[in-house]
Amino acid sequence: MHEKLIFEHSAPGRSADAQYPQVPVEAPIPAALRRASAPLLPEVSELQAVRHFTRLSQLNFSIDTHFYPLGSCTMKYNPKACNQYAMLPELLNRHPLAPESTGQGILQILFELQEMLKEVTGMRGVSLTPMAGAQGEFAGVAMIRAYHKARKDFARVEIIVPDAAHGTNPATATMCGCTVKEIPTLHNGDIDLESLKAAVGPQTAGIMLTNPSTIGVFERHIDEVRRIVHEAGGLLYYDGANLNAILGKVRPGDMGFDVIHMNLHKTFSTPHGGGGPGSGAVGVSERLLPFMPVPIVGRDGERFRWLDEKDLPQTIGRLSNFMGNTGVLLRAYIYMRMLGRDGMQRVSEFATLNSNYLAARLRAAGFELAYPERRASHEFIVTLRREAREWGTNAMDFAKRLLDYGFHAPTTYFPLLVPECLLIEPTETESKEELDAFVDAMIAIRREAETDPDKLKGAPWTLPVRRLDDVRAAKQLDLTWKAA
Amino acid sequence: MSNIPADLRFQKSHEWARLEADGTITIGISDHAQQALGDLVFVEAPEPGRHVNAGEGCAVVESVKAASDVYSPVSGEVVAGNADLGGQPELINTDPYGAGWIMRVRPTDKAQFASMLDAKAYAAALAAETH
Amino acid sequence: MPFIPHTDNDIRTMLEAIGAPDIEALFEEIPANLRAPGLPGVPPALNEMEIGRLMADFATRDGRPLNFIGAGAYEHHIPSAVWAIVTRGEFYSAYTPYQAEASQGTLQLLYEYQTMMASLTGLDISNASLYDGASGLAEACLMAVRANRKSKSQRILLPVALNPTYRDVTQVVAGNQSIAFELLPYDPKGGQTLVSALEPYSGQDITAVVLQHPNFFGTLEDVDAATDWAHANNALMIGVVNPTSLAVLKPPGQWGKLGADIAIGDGQPLGVPLSSGGPYFGFMATRTEHVRQMPGRIIGRTLDLDGKSGFTLTLQAREQHIRRSKATSNICTNQGLLVTAATIYMSLLGAKGLAQVASTSMLRTQQLVDALTRVPGVRLAFDRPRFHEAVLLLDRPVKPVLEALAHRGIVGGADISARYPSLGNALLVCATETRTLADIETYAQALAETMRNSAAAA
Repeated sequence: MHEKLIFEHSAPGRSADAQYPQVPVEAPIPAALRRASAPLLPEVSELQAVRHFTRLSQLNFSIDTHFYPLGSCTMKYNPKACNQYAMLPELLNRHPLAPESTGQGILQILFELQEMLKEVTGMRGVSLTPMAGAQGEFAGVAMIRAYHKARKDFARVEIIVPDAAHGTNPATATMCGCTVKEIPTLHNGDIDLESLKAAVGPQTAGIMLTNPSTIGVFERHIDEVRRIVHEAGGLLYYDGANLNAILGKVRPGDMGFDVIHMNLHKTFSTPHGGGGPGSGAVGVSERLLPFMPVPIVGRDGERFRWLDEKDLPQTIGRLSNFMGNTGVLLRAYIYMRMLGRDGMQRVSEFATLNSNYLAARLRAAGFELAYPERRASHEFIVTLRREAREWGTNAMDFAKRLLDYGFHAPTTYFPLLVPECLLIEPTETESKEELDAFVDAMIAIRREAETDPDKLKGAPWTLPVRRLDDVRAAKQLDLTWKAA
Repeated sequence: MSNIPADLRFQKSHEWARLEADGTITIGISDHAQQALGDLVFVEAPEPGRHVNAGEGCAVVESVKAASDVYSPVSGEVVAGNADLGGQPELINTDPYGAGWIMRVRPTDKAQFASMLDAKAYAAALAAETH
Repeated sequence: MPFIPHTDNDIRTMLEAIGAPDIEALFEEIPANLRAPGLPGVPPALNEMEIGRLMADFATRDGRPLNFIGAGAYEHHIPSAVWAIVTRGEFYSAYTPYQAEASQGTLQLLYEYQTMMASLTGLDISNASLYDGASGLAEACLMAVRANRKSKSQRILLPVALNPTYRDVTQVVAGNQSIAFELLPYDPKGGQTLVSALEPYSGQDITAVVLQHPNFFGTLEDVDAATDWAHANNALMIGVVNPTSLAVLKPPGQWGKLGADIAIGDGQPLGVPLSSGGPYFGFMATRTEHVRQMPGRIIGRTLDLDGKSGFTLTLQAREQHIRRSKATSNICTNQGLLVTAATIYMSLLGAKGLAQVASTSMLRTQQLVDALTRVPGVRLAFDRPRFHEAVLLLDRPVKPVLEALAHRGIVGGADISARYPSLGNALLVCATETRTLADIETYAQALAETMRNSAAAA
């Protein structure tokens, strides 16, 4: 399967004439500011464009077509209703700066979404404006900084991050002008409390934690972690990447976190869209309420309105030109209303059931779990170090071979502290049959690794391309097409 | 097994250094480091004239899966960066102790060089790191 | 159980395989004192029929007023094919293309997008998108600090005529890294940024100069003089641009003698609906020499094991999952789905179609300005050439006028008086190719009646 570039379908003078005004108009632009030559855009018919992009879509794996157990990404089914009803013309065509009187419907939706997210996280306030998890993290750490600054505690510039954390955590701390201190994870998967005690001090701004952690286990000493950090004067940041694991079972607010970001595109099933849009709503405890990013939806009696800098003079400010990824928020709202309070709890229950079942079956099949003595959360880690040592087939080889078997690969080589790892997150929307088929594939691949390792090392064999040369891609940069 | 030439000095962060006849110090990354990084795709060497402090990250080596700072073992003035690495970063993979050198520094304090690990100590440090 | 496929039999078999008595036992590692008692504050479930009705009720309440606001988000015609394809599950429900071989569709599309954006901006390369234009400018400023090795000051000049929210967001996102922003005034008569205001900075260490073109008022800027000044003073030039305008305006890569160094903007006009503010996407293009300082995903073409061409994420060593605290940005997801829309949109319109959209929008805005300024109490603020927006000055406060128009089903523009107090009662209006002459007449009549019915300010 191969599809030419859209530019290679192009022919001078061809166009999709139904799509733009046909009456020629001369733009009255001063000569010095006029464009001299046309940009390189395709010249294709409407059908050519439709066929080209439809064919491209068919070169993708996606949730709708394949099991996609990408750890830490929560690739669950995106209900079609969420898209359908978020794209009603009135909602789609509303200008963000239109008067509030013309947007009471959408403002009410966003207000109710804020309220539901407060309930599921146990936080006191929610702002929906961050446009992705990483921007939610940014907002969170910026609020922590603003809090300390407002108290004239200027020395608190250090953010503590466990070594297993997502890369965005330390990158965010740096973006917020903080320095990063890493603390180790113990062999049983818990945080090393002694290192934490040694790390905190008058310079501590806060700690960023994912719980369940990125290695797929619940941090059992979370009470102790909270006590240590709070007593040292720092705040606790909850990275909501793994919120799917605990929905309705334990709330970050009840664990003592001061600020949390949620990935609505994970837990609340808004689409990943080939890498975005995400949505990284933040929730805060009482003491961070004044610092939330604006705008937020407020309510005066029966009327809904935007709260802005005038309402929250200590806000960290704005993170987007308007109101974050509003269309994504609509999808999260529809999803949450369709699940309701009971369905929300079933999310964590069945995500955890699927994960533990898959872990148990893979273990029984001879795969090594990285933390066998621990209960898996909604995801777990298999380490292929034995397979790598004995047959020279590493985690990437398994990942690529899984593609041939019709499964998207799990997350590979993250977290960094487990060698040759696969981080596997099945999510609650997969059936037992699908999980069993995945186990069968893993067993078959393991057999191939033993008997015919080249099957793995050369994989994938059945996809539109074989394994791609990343080194060449980085050394001989080819980032745009040029006409021959 | 990685190659650790006996006549060089090392840092735990995997840089090597050689004292040249003219008193300058040539710095690169060890064979072990290049193996761990994999195929290098980009190297950013410092510009001559720059002042560096011991322990300061002053060059970057990049592979497809990792990027790593190169820390100068000594304080001093950069007298040369290896311009060949711009077009051929793979020189570090093929010849880490020769054509793959990264920079040359004129040290302000030669004692800093003298206090670096010798080959034996570096080999021991590597063994400890990999258990 | 909505969206959960397990039968009772499945649950039993699975628990047996795990060796757990019930599902609750799987949460045993969570300390008992922290367990939540349920979620009473979340309403009970609705089925699809019920949520469909509820959403339709919300939507109906908001209605479909006739829109004349731009101010950073523009209502253009979106071909039906765009979202019909974008919402295909293969695009909609895929993730970031980490497994390149299983993501060639998304990757090839992004490569095509990068090619189109590089050409549209007149620069060498483009990334695969950022969140939006405002946060994109913040990223561009941080990038300029990294890329401009000649500058140590971290001082960046921003025009007052830059979209004020872009300025706010840039301050929030980049402000924690001790970058100093200084403001360049605009000409009160023409609305363009005063290039003469750069003169006092000549010879000083300035990291970058930002210019929005067309600027927030819709006015065209003197891009050549500003760009040449920047380069003469070892500063980088950052152009904030509207992608539609680039079909007819000289692109940033050709500004001045050397061209701008970084172009950013909001890609919303390219096939993305207004959608109450998002999701949109930010685009960024630059010169090849700055590629390693550019934030966000970048797609490259390479070869596979058989020597066949294919596409993959490249230069990932810049990014947070590898560089961690030393990454160029913490950005992780981008706005892939919106870029998918933009790529299909640009393919359907082509250079000719996009130029027609741009010039028709300019014409409609001129017709709107002509019609509205005939209304007593309304005049044009600036006399310089503009693109498809204009600032009107009213003889009374803008907000009540807009409210009155809203009651008549017209969204009459953005009230910018609070952000630009020196302008007085200032209304920013826009008419794209989607507004007809009849629409414009409807607005003009409604405005005339509204103005007649309410007294002018003293």
